[in-house]
Amino acid sequence: MAITLDEVRHVAKLARLDLDEAEILSFQGKLNALIGHFADIQAIDVSNLPPTSHAVAVQNVWAEDVPQTGLPRELALKNAAVQRAGLFVVPQIIED
Amino acid sequence: MTELSALELARLIRGREASCREVASAFLHQIEARDGVIGAFLAVDAERVLTEADAAQALVDAGEGGALAGVPVAVKDNISTQGLTTTCASRILEGYVPPFDATVVARLRAAGMPVLGKANLDEFAMGASTETSAYRVTRNPWDPERSPGGSSGGSAAAVAAGLAPVSLGSDTGGSIRQPAALCGVVGFKPTYGRCSRYGLVAFGSSLDQIGPIGRSVADVAALSEVVTGHDPRDSTSLEQPPVRADLDRADLKGKRLALPRELIGDGVQPGVVQAVERAIQRLQEAGAEVETVPLPSIRLGVTTYYIIAPAEASSNLARFDGIRYGPRAEGKGHVGMVERTRGEGFGPEVKTRIMIGTYALSAGYYDAFYLRAQQVRGLMTREFNEVFERFDAVISPTSPVTAFRLGEMTDDPLAMKLLDLCTIPANMGGFPGISLNCGFSEGLPVGLQLLGPVMADERLLELAHAVEQVLPDAHIRPQTA
Repeated sequence: MAITLDEVRHVAKLARLDLDEAEILSFQGKLNALIGHFADIQAIDVSNLPPTSHAVAVQNVWAEDVPQTGLPRELALKNAAVQRAGLFVVPQIIED
Repeated sequence: MTELSALELARLIRGREASCREVASAFLHQIEARDGVIGAFLAVDAERVLTEADAAQALVDAGEGGALAGVPVAVKDNISTQGLTTTCASRILEGYVPPFDATVVARLRAAGMPVLGKANLDEFAMGASTETSAYRVTRNPWDPERSPGGSSGGSAAAVAAGLAPVSLGSDTGGSIRQPAALCGVVGFKPTYGRCSRYGLVAFGSSLDQIGPIGRSVADVAALSEVVTGHDPRDSTSLEQPPVRADLDRADLKGKRLALPRELIGDGVQPGVVQAVERAIQRLQEAGAEVETVPLPSIRLGVTTYYIIAPAEASSNLARFDGIRYGPRAEGKGHVGMVERTRGEGFGPEVKTRIMIGTYALSAGYYDAFYLRAQQVRGLMTREFNEVFERFDAVISPTSPVTAFRLGEMTDDPLAMKLLDLCTIPANMGGFPGISLNCGFSEGLPVGLQLLGPVMADERLLELAHAVEQVLPDAHIRPQTA
């Protein structure tokens, strides 16, 4: 199943990556090459194999419900590119 | 002083023959003199190191701190350090200063171990040569024209070059063990869940594990004890005590070691095979039994890994959006800003993995790729567990090749990915794995890898210590330039 340029653009959109045309072309080649190599596991009979999520699975991890001091607001905001009035500033999301 | 092992430095400090400040200064001096060539560090704050050394001294004077109190440590730059930049060697985290310490870093502080600096890595730990770092090239102390391996290339090169006595790396598909092998030092990946991942910038969450790099198994075992143990802040952390090996108990007599047929033939450099075979002969002379076994699923590991790790990475790296941290690019509206920020902030290798992972998880392909890879992962784990029922450990080369020339692999991504062939199974199954130097091929170190079953970290370190004792080349250091 060869990947088309439109599929590459769709995947880039899903991944929220702004790619130029040269990158789109290069990713088409890379993805097709890699998917060709994925063929070796397509041949394996997996019908009786449960999928592994974590190598050493831990179940029912609970934490005591005790209040704890969180990160102070000024520290949480310190690395933001744009902040105002104690809040993260983002570009306008809802159109006028 | 910088030639001494971490445990020897700790003894000097406890015996008042050297102060923590003197030890830290000696390494800072080495970094200043030699890191311009090696390129192991992305950030070193000398004043802060000396302040931390004084704090360590206060612990030592009060009779507190751990077995390595006062010994400075280099920390891979994807591990959060409060007040000290943590960039993951990516432009998208340029200037990011974490407001908190990773659990392992908090444990270093509690044990009186100053953080010397932040070590270079492949961008977001994606790579096996440290060449995908957005900031600088790290050179192998054995040959500056060659790569130190990766992704923890800075951590391994720093230790090999004597710029740090010990360091911390992270291992998702071999990123501690492979650079340790290529730099001729010891690198240990604990069982998944024995070392907290809290504060480690996530790459492949079901595979990632932090671990130590040092110049001997004893140093690595001592640092393991400091950083491992249960952490309620990491929900995958096992409710187990710290890894506490008893190296005096180490003995090779009667130990049964399995050598996978798939890791000693085609695709492995002849010089690597020869060095490993010579080492195996010495182990046999010391009383170990080595048997060649088939482990056919190893060949599926690379494919499986290159689906699972990018899939998890594409999800984990969604958090880098220019809002809470990192630089922000201008773009049309909210989505446009995020797309531009990510398009400009991530390097080519990271973008590639995000694209692969997003594709593998996208509608219609999930079952064919991610789900199937997780099923094959179960098959690999089962095959290894069957071997562990009959053997104490699996023995093999750590890397199919010795240190390669800088730039040699970057044009051939699949050749690069095959470098992880020997190391990937440990991440798939969560097994503890260690690499130590077993000899040389054309003047370059060859790593020997030992893998044990889940939760056998202590026994694996003890075995590796015994192995180290019969390998005459285990402690040879590169000539300092």
